[in-house]
Amino acid sequence: MKVRIDADLCQGQGRCFSIAPNIFGFDDLGNGVVLGDGDLADETIESARLAQSNCPEHAIFIEE
Amino acid sequence: MTDKPLVKDFATDWDHTDPQWVTDPYPIWEDLRKRCPVAHTERYGGGWFPATHAGVSAVAKDTEHFTSRTVVVGNGRPTDEDLPAPIGLVPPISSDPPFHAIARRLVLPAFAPAPVNALEPQIRALCARLLEKIGDSDEVNGGAQYAQFIPTAVIRQMLGFPEADEDLFREFVHIALEGVDHPQEERIEEFAPIEEYFTKQIEEHQENPRDDLTTYLLNAEIGGQKLPLEHVFGTMLLTLIAGIDTTWSAITSSLWHLSTHAEDLARLVNEPDLMPVAIEEFLRFYAPVTMARLVKEDMEFLGCPMKKDDWILLGFPAANRDPAVFPDADKFIIDRAENRHVAFGLGIHRCAGSNLARLELRIAIEEFIKRYPRFELADPAAVTWAAGQVRGARNLPFRILK
Repeated sequence: MKVRIDADLCQGQGRCFSIAPNIFGFDDLGNGVVLGDGDLADETIESARLAQSNCPEHAIFIEE
Repeated sequence: MTDKPLVKDFATDWDHTDPQWVTDPYPIWEDLRKRCPVAHTERYGGGWFPATHAGVSAVAKDTEHFTSRTVVVGNGRPTDEDLPAPIGLVPPISSDPPFHAIARRLVLPAFAPAPVNALEPQIRALCARLLEKIGDSDEVNGGAQYAQFIPTAVIRQMLGFPEADEDLFREFVHIALEGVDHPQEERIEEFAPIEEYFTKQIEEHQENPRDDLTTYLLNAEIGGQKLPLEHVFGTMLLTLIAGIDTTWSAITSSLWHLSTHAEDLARLVNEPDLMPVAIEEFLRFYAPVTMARLVKEDMEFLGCPMKKDDWILLGFPAANRDPAVFPDADKFIIDRAENRHVAFGLGIHRCAGSNLARLELRIAIEEFIKRYPRFELADPAAVTWAAGQVRGARNLPFRILK
């Protein structure tokens, strides 16, 4: 499983990096970024999904 | 306030300054969602109010058909010629693409998580000082003695203005946000002291540059050119107006909730780890800010015949109560795990200060309940709510319980 943020949709709402700081970080404008290569370990999938379901802009995608 | 007829039907004659809306807008919105998801009014020269999340989202994300030239509904509206479009008077909130992105890029670094999080110790110290001053009193006013001072001090410091001027700021905010009904000539007169004060501050910062937002804006460049002073002035004004009333309102509404829901107060006191999710639920349930747009050209949108220069009242608080998006939308669920609320807006105009607002709200609540783990509303009838596009409790008398 891989997680990514669509940079065109992200508006810097700041929810992802608050909920899952081990998966998401932020750039100097406050937009969300995926830390590392976005590969999700089994134990991080749940928090990635939680971040996804809290993003008001629907900017987070989790793919096989 | 001018005397206006009371609203009888919000579907055809909405008015966000009507006493019924000001006191308790939620049943009005619920009713509209059921029978007329986009309400109309002839007031303010004509306007629309989408009451659903889908409607609010559609307008917020559509910068082609709607302009942000002005975001506060009033009787007058600037025409295309009145404002240096697409900059607007208070960039970037008043700017449209493509200029918007440039103006926004300029301010975002100052409000990004890293610099904002660094303010935590000083905000905590500020809250502690305010609580220290209140002391062991049996009665505390959560608004007048506490909440209102927090964002005022934070923004004042950020802009680099003198501490002694904080009372003046609250007056400026009041003028800007609550005088929307006044005639245009009166508005210009009311704004004169604000203009004078800011001009003085800009001059003072030009002579004595220092590490603050005002100096940062004076030094900022677009395409190798310093910003026009009107741009600097506008962004300073925006910071002051958008940064104070809003956060202050979020804090008072949250405290009001805790004073009237002892079980939620007890849970937060006993389970401090709940705070981050609780803060998001406070923001969803009591979102303080409603924005506005103007229709660019005659068109049909959301099934409504919209005319050029019609207002759209952009009710993020109403969107946050839409059951189509939030299960049990009208229930405050302190540990709501999935919460895609839009308290800070949607799309390119997402509140630039959202990281700061969240931080202030969290610390204000944490410190208050640490100092007063049990309190209740002393006199529910005495609570007053701000009118206009920012909703929050103003007078908030608490009884401290032992």
